[in-house]
Amino acid sequence: MNQISTSDTIQKEWLALFLVWILATISTIASLFFSEIVKLPVCVLCWYQRIAMYPLVLILPLALFPFDAKISRYAGVLVLSGWLTALFHVLLVAGYIPKNAQPCVQNIPCSETHLNVFGFLNMPMMSLLTFSIMGLLLLFVKKSEPS
Amino acid sequence: MNKKTLFISVSLILIVAFIAAVTIFQTEETSKNKNVSSDNLNIIERENAPTKGSEDARVTIVEFFDPACETCQVFYPLVNDLIKKYPGKVKVMMRYAPFHQGSDQVVKLLEAAHIQGQFWPALDILFANQQSWTRHHVARPKIAIALLKDLPLDHEKFIHDASSDTIIQSIIQDVEDGKTLKVRATPQFFVNDKPLTNFGYAQLTQLVEQAIAEVY
Repeated sequence: MNQISTSDTIQKEWLALFLVWILATISTIASLFFSEIVKLPVCVLCWYQRIAMYPLVLILPLALFPFDAKISRYAGVLVLSGWLTALFHVLLVAGYIPKNAQPCVQNIPCSETHLNVFGFLNMPMMSLLTFSIMGLLLLFVKKSEPS
Repeated sequence: MNKKTLFISVSLILIVAFIAAVTIFQTEETSKNKNVSSDNLNIIERENAPTKGSEDARVTIVEFFDPACETCQVFYPLVNDLIKKYPGKVKVMMRYAPFHQGSDQVVKLLEAAHIQGQFWPALDILFANQQSWTRHHVARPKIAIALLKDLPLDHEKFIHDASSDTIIQSIIQDVEDGKTLKVRATPQFFVNDKPLTNFGYAQLTQLVEQAIAEVY
């Protein structure tokens, strides 16, 4: 009886991980929509962030069924690298990092942004925000890990 | 709710949302992009840009191209076929969109050859030997110059022209107009001012046939 109830009721940790997956999937779908359908150019830094984001869509479900808190370790390394790239990108767009430090292809400058929601939410900002939330949720998942 | 049901329903919602967004966007885009905004109509063509085909042709294909672009090279014989298929009815105008690194130097050579009436032979040579003067999508103008040595050109004038203000102005004009017309990839075609929105050779042929049916 106990067995059944634990696998059927949804624990907070599971929900947190599920939320990380939803965030990753929405980010993936949205970024593909803007680059492949709307045809906005994708700069190098955006690609690095995508590399960190896309695998999560496939990896995380494996840790949801059955729930495996260890995933915070494997997903965490991706989220951290994505977060660092996003931070660099945000600073670049904001002008805190000099332009000549940017690894950009001609015609696709990373310091230019295309979307602006509410005046401050551009793509790199959204990316940084998403990676931050994902990181915090993964920390929460990690706490449930039996040591 | 069961975890699996939750997971599957959310997956389905996201997939449906994506498909809906794509469908809505594409329907809007096709209705919006059928015509270039009327303010920009006059910048699709540039006076003195290289053209091929009968001057009296009433259908003009304007191609924004990059000599280092592989797809442009693939489309080149196909565009030539269109001119041959409808003799006297179709002409093509080439405009520069040097997106590849180093291409800005190569289009200067083409424009300098154009001054001496050798644009098309020069383009023939560059496209036929594209592999040899581009490497990893970077154009190498020096090799391109060497390839153009055999053309019946006044070479001193050719080299001098390639860095002249008139030529640079023409190219800047093309690049600026390309930006205004939202040319983001090459080749980009406009047939009698209508942009090719759905990319492909069959679609280009269809757009040309449509234009011919309209004006002849």
